[in-house]
Amino acid sequence: MTVFQTWDMDFALEHLPELLDAFVQFTLVATVLGSILAAVLGLLFAIIRRVRVPVLAPVVTVIVEFVRSTPIPIQLFFVFYGFPTIPGIGFNISAMTAGVLVLGVHYACYYAEVYRAGIESVPKGQWEACTALSIAPRYQWQRVVLPQAIRNVLPSLGNYVISMFKETPFLYVIGVTEMVTVAVTQIGGDAFRYTEVVTLAGLIFLAASYPAAVAMRKLEMRLGHA
Amino acid sequence: MQDLQFGAWVDDFLAGLWVTVYVTVLAAVAAVVVAFVLGIAVRTRHIVPRTIARIIIELFRGTSLLVQLFWFFYVLPEFGFRFDPLAVAVFAFGLNFGAYGAEVVRGAINAVPTAQWEGSIALNLTPAQRMRRVILPQSIPLMIPPFNNLLIQLLKSTPLIFLIFLNDLTFYSDQYRNSVGNENFIFPLLLVIYFVLSYTFTLFMHVLEARANTRLGRPVERRRIFKYRGPQEEEAVKV
Repeated sequence: MTVFQTWDMDFALEHLPELLDAFVQFTLVATVLGSILAAVLGLLFAIIRRVRVPVLAPVVTVIVEFVRSTPIPIQLFFVFYGFPTIPGIGFNISAMTAGVLVLGVHYACYYAEVYRAGIESVPKGQWEACTALSIAPRYQWQRVVLPQAIRNVLPSLGNYVISMFKETPFLYVIGVTEMVTVAVTQIGGDAFRYTEVVTLAGLIFLAASYPAAVAMRKLEMRLGHA
Repeated sequence: MQDLQFGAWVDDFLAGLWVTVYVTVLAAVAAVVVAFVLGIAVRTRHIVPRTIARIIIELFRGTSLLVQLFWFFYVLPEFGFRFDPLAVAVFAFGLNFGAYGAEVVRGAINAVPTAQWEGSIALNLTPAQRMRRVILPQSIPLMIPPFNNLLIQLLKSTPLIFLIFLNDLTFYSDQYRNSVGNENFIFPLLLVIYFVLSYTFTLFMHVLEARANTRLGRPVERRRIFKYRGPQEEEAVKV
């Protein structure tokens, strides 16, 4: 059987809208919300560790190491199935909420390291100048250090957004109807035809992530020269 | 959380643990082979192997691992290539992580100082000798930390294989959840198991790194081997 006999263009075109729909509604939304959560939480983690907040700093270190070394699918299972059954504090959450939470917290642990590198790349003179000008600590961070730190690590942050984007299909395991789930269980399973929809899902990922990756490489080069 | 009933499940979980470790190790070996082949191919001067390698790398890095796994599992049989799930898992993971690894190999080879290349040319070594005797021994210690990150990523992705019907740890924990419940016992336990596995793999890679460095006359303090160093930012998997 050749490729052309196996590939049914009508079937592919018929189901493309469903795939794109799931892509926009779940894959993209999960990536955007997860990235925002990761960006905020990661910054918080990085600052807590940098300022060495008593008690909190070692706790954050342990959480970061543990979360980074354990699989997202199991974390999803735990949050989606385990958390609601914890007596007293547990309540039911939707699969999508669990997915965004897990992706956000997981990547926050990577972001924390990225921010740390960024903060360390800000020259010591900047901190000293802040002290000399008696700028309040809050404004040291807000106006002087973070703008420079984040600018330096933007490409790394962007690369992690792309990684997270490619890991959104992991939400399949708790039944979020994102694109790959739709392709395999709904369309593929019903028609017992997987070739077109799985290939299309791959192409959609490629079409979105490859230009983004190239853009990040360009940004990296520009910042490198700046 | 009442009766854990875990005793009856221990054998299943051990079998699942074996499958997880087995797939991780086989896929890691496949990934290293793919990484070296592609990593060296993208550096050659000939346009054909270079272009092919570049296309493979971007294809596997640009799409999602789960899509690749399903593609190998559901689509390849349509073209007459039918493999058992274990082979599919090793193929898909090997190619995916091999594509990321190829960039590591390429970067590490490029990082060997130019004088080493010039020196081996001056000594009239053939290109193969130059690579094997001079360049690779010096670039391998540079590859190991990023390879370690990839290995941990690989281990962390293996729960996906239960979606192509392999009975790994994740499969049995899902079964356990369905029949016994106790979600707050089984999933934290599983997270701890994976953490221990990650740490074990990391220790192993530290030993390899220390040995590679020692061979180059850069001995490593034994204490450093046991230090837990999480995935380092600049080496963590990039796109």
